Amino acid sequence: MSKISVSNLNFFYGKAQALHDISIDILEHEIIAFIGPSGCGKSTFIRTLNRMNDTIPIARVEGKVTIDGKNIYEPNTDVVSLRRKVGMVFQKSNPFPKSIFENVAYGIRINGIHKNKADLNERVEKALNDAALLGEVKDRMNTSAFGLSGGQQQRLCIARALAVQPEVILMDEPASALDPIATQKIEELVVELKKQYTIVIVTHNMQQAARVSDRTAFFMLGKLVEVNRTQKMFTNPDEKLTEDYITGRFG
Amino acid sequence: MSNNQDENNLTGSNISGEKRTNNILGDRIFRIVLTLCATLILVIVAAMIAVMTQSSWLSIKEFGFGFLTGQNWDPIKGEFGALPFIYGTLVSAILALLIATPISVGVAVFLVEQAPKKLARPMAFLVELLAAIPSVVYGLWAIFVLAPLLRVYVQPFLQQTLGFLPFFKGTANGIGMMSGGIILAIMITPIITAVVRDVLEAVPVTQREAALALGATRWETTKIVLANANSGIAGAIVLGLGRAIGETMAITMIIGNRPEISLSLFDPGYTIASVIANEFTEATGDLYLSALIEMGLILFLVTFIVNGLAKLLILSVARQTAQSH
Repeated sequence: MSKISVSNLNFFYGKAQALHDISIDILEHEIIAFIGPSGCGKSTFIRTLNRMNDTIPIARVEGKVTIDGKNIYEPNTDVVSLRRKVGMVFQKSNPFPKSIFENVAYGIRINGIHKNKADLNERVEKALNDAALLGEVKDRMNTSAFGLSGGQQQRLCIARALAVQPEVILMDEPASALDPIATQKIEELVVELKKQYTIVIVTHNMQQAARVSDRTAFFMLGKLVEVNRTQKMFTNPDEKLTEDYITGRFG
Repeated sequence: MSNNQDENNLTGSNISGEKRTNNILGDRIFRIVLTLCATLILVIVAAMIAVMTQSSWLSIKEFGFGFLTGQNWDPIKGEFGALPFIYGTLVSAILALLIATPISVGVAVFLVEQAPKKLARPMAFLVELLAAIPSVVYGLWAIFVLAPLLRVYVQPFLQQTLGFLPFFKGTANGIGMMSGGIILAIMITPIITAVVRDVLEAVPVTQREAALALGATRWETTKIVLANANSGIAGAIVLGLGRAIGETMAITMIIGNRPEISLSLFDPGYTIASVIANEFTEATGDLYLSALIEMGLILFLVTFIVNGLAKLLILSVARQTAQSH
């Protein structure tokens, strides 16, 4: 069944239209990858799914995005609880200037998820474990998050997002600033997380999309060109434009 | 041109040999000029200390360390003690910081995190305009508006509610330490606000997004932003403190100019800068003049020590933030 359903979404930065009439269904427990050339609107689109674009004063949205049957652009939407349900991992790792423990504990604390101190500890450990980071940090939980390597910081940010128990995780080029080994770890992690979460991942890297995703969506100039099963997309796409992009004829 | 040079470097060509030497010479001159500029600052500071020490030697010899602890200031009898002035300077400055810091941080947070752009720009401009008002105007305003306000409303109220504290005992004067501290607070608010605003604006958007994406409210997001900015904010406070300690005109007009140490904020006090401004022109006798110059030396040292302590504080805060929180 579809977890997120987007219909006829248009997005504007002031007068400039960044997204044109996007309609797509995202299924529960799938990994869907968004690919496309720079500036094609894939990052803008992923940020409409948790209303992150609200922070941009001149941004304007038309159309509908329903998550679990509820339109998140209804005026009475509780954006805070929406974002708790739809977590996000960003392109550049952005840990808080706090200890490793406190970074992961942050979301648990502000949302009041934990029952007591022991429960908090347990949840932090579980999130770090799910993000495949616990083994590397369990001896230095109270040291600064800035002491971690880039790849570790990014997995910390994933752990931080997991800790609030979201249902959907949006990942905006989560591995683009990492080296191949760290990237591989993130990719393995993403596949592992699929069991529990619905994952939307934006990526520049077509091999990455091919490796991790169940379905792939190709964006171009603010339009959604094609959505298909990843295997089909990369072997026999329906659209000529998709084929041209994937075979590297432009982009 | 730079292309040319790169090429020459790459090929190891000799053609530019002469040009390279010129560049190295240029670098040398550049370095020397910069070193001179930096040295000049040190020379000026050293010269100031030397001249002030020399001019105040008479007083230093006469009173020794007792000058710092002496509480009497009686030029006619030839008694000079600096303690009431040091006390007045520090207390009025600290009072000013206690009032100005929360207000400034609040204004800066509003301007950066909450206010729409259309409102934020003119408001920031207005705040900075406050810094351009001459300090004598602040003094006049304090005498005619602030002091009566304090005397008639604020101080009687404080006396009734918090009168058991030593700070709010005695007669409501209007003119005194409290109004001095408040006027200083108003004067240093623009500078602290401006610096804090810059610091907050420098906090990466990704930090705000990280908090928002976890379901943080605006207030919770602001706390994250402040956690990123705390050493910068401490720096802004130090800047304000320096200004409060050195401020002369406005505080001279409103603090009451009585060299006494009193815990009550209603009572008049005196600051180092004020006594120099008030008495320098009428200082008769070498010892009197020398004592006033020694006051200047002390002001210099007080500023030095306060700034040094504040720097240490910032360092420790920064280290704490970096290590664990």
